Amino acid sequence: MSKLKFLKSHEWYSAENNTVGISDFAQHELGDIVFVELPEVGESVEAGEAFGNVESVKAVSEIYSPVSGTVTEVNEDLQSAPELINQDAYAAWMIKVKVSSVSDELISSDDYDELTKR
Amino acid sequence: MLRTPYYSKMLAAGGKMVEFTGYELPVQFESTGIITEHKAVREKAGLFDVSHMGEIYLRGRDAFASIQNLITNDITTLKDGGARYSLLPNAEGGVVDDILVYRFNAEEYLLVVNAANTQKDAAWIEARLLGDTQFENASPATAQLALQGPLAIEIVKQFISAADIPEKNYTFKTLTLEGVKIILSRTGYTGEDGFEFYCPNAFAERMFDLLMEHGRPFGMVPAGLGSRDTLRMEAAMPLYGHEMNEETLCHELGLDFAIKMNKESFIGKDALLKNPPRYQRLGIKMIDRGIAREHCPIFNDEGRQIGYVSSGTHSPTLGQAVGMIRVEKEFTASTLWVEVRNKKLKAGIVPLPFYKRNK
Repeated sequence: MSKLKFLKSHEWYSAENNTVGISDFAQHELGDIVFVELPEVGESVEAGEAFGNVESVKAVSEIYSPVSGTVTEVNEDLQSAPELINQDAYAAWMIKVKVSSVSDELISSDDYDELTKR
Repeated sequence: MLRTPYYSKMLAAGGKMVEFTGYELPVQFESTGIITEHKAVREKAGLFDVSHMGEIYLRGRDAFASIQNLITNDITTLKDGGARYSLLPNAEGGVVDDILVYRFNAEEYLLVVNAANTQKDAAWIEARLLGDTQFENASPATAQLALQGPLAIEIVKQFISAADIPEKNYTFKTLTLEGVKIILSRTGYTGEDGFEFYCPNAFAERMFDLLMEHGRPFGMVPAGLGSRDTLRMEAAMPLYGHEMNEETLCHELGLDFAIKMNKESFIGKDALLKNPPRYQRLGIKMIDRGIAREHCPIFNDEGRQIGYVSSGTHSPTLGQAVGMIRVEKEFTASTLWVEVRNKKLKAGIVPLPFYKRNK
């Protein structure tokens, strides 16, 4: 997890795997996640722009992309089992991206922990 | 912001507090969450703080006549110890509130009203009392807990004698518990069997401790507003401010069982006779992937907007997105389109309620 970078809007990016997801803090705040809306393979994402939505029982939240690039893979498991995000937010990647650039607003894992410390 | 007498208890139990109609109440609890709390109520039991609800007493020789004039339902057949659901209409046939009427005796009644409407209702009711009717708004002095679920009866039996337990749905008993007078009512807002406990604020914490002590061994958990909403949605129980408001006509809600047009007169009756229903309340299940939420516009096959979603959520019992909608009365097709984030998603009409318990 220490290798992950974060947006302050609670998304993580793994440079190692080129994957994007939401943080454990975010899943905890959202509560039971029941629906995820993700882009399709081949669509492009923009750093800092919304690329999908995650819905808990109560609310809808947009997910922002930490990177710009093209979606090469979508985690289809999340369609039928969105609760995987609640179970392990760092294993439950949402999209894999062929990255052209990364957001200059990414912060380190330590800084993110500091930000979300309760 | 207001706090109920259970505020510290809810916080200590891990309640995640949010603002609701001016009160700080738990939306869910740390160790459970909405879906777990929902399932606990469907399978075992859950305990809700519902002290924000309003309690208005009407007493006197003309209390009966006052209530008959104020509500759409008919309490002629309501017996001592009985409770009845009704709408409180305005002169135009719109809905001031939906309420429960409890009858203690011919000259004493309790009206339980929605938290958000307590002040409005109190003023509305007090200004329309007939003859000898005394008014008391007991809301600030009254605490209320709802124990809901199939095991609620077993929990109640642990510390209340059989003679003091109301046997049938929509009945209640007044009893003395540890020297304190409380009301125990077999009512609720979840579609399950269950009870509501009304007690004075001073006894509130003790009431909670008693229920926790006797409920825990049965798997009862404290439950929050989040599951209260998903539970009432599955049971297709309307919520004021969502399915109804001052502009929705009483007979547009699918609640005709609570509107007695053969009653001689009541506020709004003439307006309801004059104005046929323009809208209807229906249930939908999503066919396309997605969750219909409140306010989402609804379109027919021809692409014309015919209404909107009044409440929509993910149903934990069905594992599916469901909603209650308000659409034109003329609409009769079996499918329609819900606009969610600029996309039109297909949904199918299904009968209400979405969930019915086995009795």
